[in-house]
Amino acid sequence: MPSPEDIKQRIEASITGAHAEVEDTTGGGDHFRATVTAPAFEGRSRIEQHRLVYDVFGAEIGGAIHALSLKTQTPLKTPTP
Amino acid sequence: MSSTEPSPVRDLPMAGNAPAPAAETSSGEPNPIRDAIAEAIEQHAVILFMKGTPEAPACGFSARTVAILEALDTPFAAVDILPDPRIREELSAISNWPTIPQLFANGELIGGCDIVSEMYESGELAEALS
Repeated sequence: MPSPEDIKQRIEASITGAHAEVEDTTGGGDHFRATVTAPAFEGRSRIEQHRLVYDVFGAEIGGAIHALSLKTQTPLKTPTP
Repeated sequence: MSSTEPSPVRDLPMAGNAPAPAAETSSGEPNPIRDAIAEAIEQHAVILFMKGTPEAPACGFSARTVAILEALDTPFAAVDILPDPRIREELSAISNWPTIPQLFANGELIGGCDIVSEMYESGELAEALS
């Protein structure tokens, strides 16, 4: 059963420059919520952004990972200190 | 996406030497479920593929998406994907989207619960559904 940390690491390993924050929404190891920030999202529609993340997990979505709720954004929206 | 005429995919192996025709994955193979889904997407201005029904959603994400459509007073068609696992398989093959629910408007995938919620909150959804 994947942990939020597993999910985070796999997203960050697969999408260049991505930063992911992942929580297990039910504590059951199969419902997750992820906020992913990545330069690769720039110029892409929301659908394309979410597909990039879903593609990391392939058939596990709907299988071992029952739900992966996503919020995607580009680094531009992060205020710089 | 529509198959309006029988396309000449069935090249007969007149000079054929190919031993493996890959018949099962060929696009010429009849696929009534996929065709029915594609047709439903084309024929309804707004259509939601969900778990359960709008009256009795079987999943929180489907329930939330229905609630948003109802809040916008948007008429929509709904398809319950639960009765037959092939519905979900074929839908995801068409849409290249792995999760349920899936909302389509004017033949295009709008998104799942997350995107629909985001667009509702930003006000974009009403426009996309018009």
